Amino acid sequence: MSTSATTPPTVVQRSSLDLTLRRLIRDRASLVAFIFIVLLVAFAAAAPLVEAWIGHSPIEQFRQTGLSPTGLPVAPNAEFRLGTDQLGRDVLVRLAYGARVSLLVGVVASLLAAFIGITVGMLAGFLGGWVDAVLSRAMDLIMSVPFLLCALALVSVFGPSLSLSIGVIVFFSWTTMGRVIRGQVKSLREREFVQASRSLGAGSLSIMIVDILPNLSVPIIVYTTMMIPGSIVFEATLSFLGLGIVPPAPSWGGMLADAGANSIYLVAWWLVLFPGLALLFTTLSFNILGDGLRDALDPKARPIRVKPKGAKP
Amino acid sequence: MLEARHLSVSIPTEDGTIHAVQDVSFSVEAGGLFGIAGESGSGKSVMMQAILGLLPFADVTGEVIFEGRNLLTLPPRQLQKLRGARIGMIFQDPLSSLHPYYSIGAQITEAIHAHEKVSPQAARARAVDMLTKVGIGNAAERFDSFPHQYSGGMRQRVMIAMALVLNPPLIIADEPTTALDVTVQAQIVALLDQMRKELGTTVVMITHDLGLLSNVADQVMVMYAGNRMEFGSSAAVFHAPSHPYTAGLLASSPSNYAAGEELVAIPGRPPSLLHMPAGCAFAVRCAYAMPKCATQRPPLRRFSDGVESLCWLEAPVEPIHAERAAVSGRNADATAPVVLKVDNVELSFATGGFFSKAGKYEVLKGIDIELRRGETLGLVGESGCGKSTLARVIAGLIPATSGSVLLDGKDMATLDHAGWKEMRKRVQLVFQDPFGSLNPRRRVGAIIGDPFRLHQVASGADRKWRVQDLMETVGLNPEHYNRFPSEFSGGQRQRIGIARALALNPALIIFDEPVSALDVSIQAQVLNLMRSLQQELGLTYLFISHDLAVVRQVCDRIAVMNKGKIVELAEAEAIYTDPQNDYTRTLLAASVVPPPQKGRGTRQLVETIWGAPA
Repeated sequence: MSTSATTPPTVVQRSSLDLTLRRLIRDRASLVAFIFIVLLVAFAAAAPLVEAWIGHSPIEQFRQTGLSPTGLPVAPNAEFRLGTDQLGRDVLVRLAYGARVSLLVGVVASLLAAFIGITVGMLAGFLGGWVDAVLSRAMDLIMSVPFLLCALALVSVFGPSLSLSIGVIVFFSWTTMGRVIRGQVKSLREREFVQASRSLGAGSLSIMIVDILPNLSVPIIVYTTMMIPGSIVFEATLSFLGLGIVPPAPSWGGMLADAGANSIYLVAWWLVLFPGLALLFTTLSFNILGDGLRDALDPKARPIRVKPKGAKP
Repeated sequence: MLEARHLSVSIPTEDGTIHAVQDVSFSVEAGGLFGIAGESGSGKSVMMQAILGLLPFADVTGEVIFEGRNLLTLPPRQLQKLRGARIGMIFQDPLSSLHPYYSIGAQITEAIHAHEKVSPQAARARAVDMLTKVGIGNAAERFDSFPHQYSGGMRQRVMIAMALVLNPPLIIADEPTTALDVTVQAQIVALLDQMRKELGTTVVMITHDLGLLSNVADQVMVMYAGNRMEFGSSAAVFHAPSHPYTAGLLASSPSNYAAGEELVAIPGRPPSLLHMPAGCAFAVRCAYAMPKCATQRPPLRRFSDGVESLCWLEAPVEPIHAERAAVSGRNADATAPVVLKVDNVELSFATGGFFSKAGKYEVLKGIDIELRRGETLGLVGESGCGKSTLARVIAGLIPATSGSVLLDGKDMATLDHAGWKEMRKRVQLVFQDPFGSLNPRRRVGAIIGDPFRLHQVASGADRKWRVQDLMETVGLNPEHYNRFPSEFSGGQRQRIGIARALALNPALIIFDEPVSALDVSIQAQVLNLMRSLQQELGLTYLFISHDLAVVRQVCDRIAVMNKGKIVELAEAEAIYTDPQNDYTRTLLAASVVPPPQKGRGTRQLVETIWGAPA
């Protein structure tokens, strides 16, 4: 007996939040991703500070210093840390403001989509019968609509705007969440504690909100996190095609589109590299964090790695 | 045959190291049936898995000698050759241990081919031969059947055939009958015993069921919290247990009591295996504990009849039965008002669909029950007989196809919405599975307070006060109001379920197998609680169980159910002393109970080994 010495041992009852955080911190990749996301949020939030510190507005065109005598963009230097674009605007400041758009669209669209997905999935899974049939077929229908074609049509009718971008993204991304939630609710509904609640006289609404919803927290957290990068890329795609954020307001997709126009990236690599890297690392971080969250919240999914046999007593 | 010396198993986990087995030594004699008994978490299964090398992450020390070789130091490849060929295994759940996609025959012949080079025809012949031996009729034809086409008992027979087909000298059976019905259980145990005698196989049987072991085992080892508490011949250990834990286990099994007696339960619950107490693991729950028990490891006492006990007591304990509580009076009163009247209730499900011929599957075929205030009616039957379905029909969760259920004289089928909600206050259910019936994501206070919330009886501070009062009533610490169900043990969770059922002062509480998921010592605590609550509050119980001993102990009257019908309904004692129905007799014959304790006899302490099991 090695552990029980003189002092009476106490069993530490760790809360689930505590356990989750411990697992998350032990997972290096998730930790790095999480730190990156925090830094990105800080960068986006501090966009006006970046602007004030450098002294360049995101839409101001520096024709004297920001463009070469031949009218080409200037490479990264002391004044323009990440160079300028084809109109002589500061890429760093535009990147900061673009981060605002990306995060705003990503988070808002994901939250809205999650809300719709949870509601629809819960109703379909819990009520079953014809409600389930109608809602499930509706989800199938939406999943089979070609989204770019649909987006193009919508934008040409209503004209591009931020709210329309978010609307299109939400409309096409809630179905994944809806299906996951529906499956989970279908199995939760058969559990004994739901029957216990019903035998106590609880109504359907009460069972759905009080009994089932708390048990869905893990898939909700994980899938909402995983939906954010999807939405960010979605927004970038729309902006890239000129269907999203209206210029001259900066967005990462729009910046990439500008770089692609007239093949200007052939002479100004920084126009592709920085927004591209920002987009890549942002989506990668959210994906890694979502994966890490799933492992941390549901330890059964992956066996615990333990140190190999060693110290003999 | 198999000898373990100073075997310790510890498993590193996130919360710390679990000391699953601590310094256990034993030897299994060839040709015998060696029983390992213990409650869940006592380390009995982990120990056997560690011996067979099935726990790759565990830290195993000590030595296990089998056929002259130390299994713990054997390379994995050689161990793999041993498993199956020299050591057969039978697992608890025959459904999940058989592969659903392969036929029974293919799975048995696979075992043969894995270890021997034989032609497919020879392997098939041997498999069919073995299947016939384990009592599967028509083995040649059923060879190509799939597991789902077999019943639970048949599957376990197949598992036994699979373990025996290579004729291994040793078989390890881990809870081989736990998942089976009583009548099937008796057949399987008889089969194991017969095979052992015919083939000369040594059997190591791990079980929590002392009654079962006492009937078949030659030698038993009782484990508790990873320690070997007592070891000796089956007769000596069960007739006169020398360790207080064994005595307590036997004392808390309801079959040793006359109906209506208070059970002598072991208080408390097993220690956490993460932090073992410095002294005896059982000290805090022991009725004979001395001050030194808590601080010093007990020595090993060896007695004249071969029994060994890990205890500070020098003489075996006196049977606890001497001080049992007086027989309490029955609550039933023939003139009490009728609470529940079930009249010719039938339930059937339509089978077949659009394309196939429509049929009818009858679950309940005309049930009549009458239950008076303050009475306990037992409902006994094997799985699939419809007893749980009947409970749900009575609780109003499933509407009956025909017939009527009258609660307090009101017909359930004719209730409007408000009446139905009112009725939900009058009848409550306590479920079998204390893990599944409590919402894992809600706090205990909220779970117990649910009836108050749903029926708008109390709110705010008043509700909290009432919930804490209920927790006090069922023996839970009211300060644990804010904990989650996962922080409680099985027995405590069942108390939570009972507290929730009590909240609205119901006319009828239906217990659906309330103790079958619990260990014997915990089971006695819960049964005692149910009894004292009934006496205090004048409750009416409908008690559903497959365990005859438990039902007899708690119930005034017993209804025996078979295939959707009540075949016999009589006073509890009458069922036992004078069963009228054939099925009742079969059930009674199949249930095995530990023998009554006889006192310590002529046992003498011969040797004390100090500090040997450190």
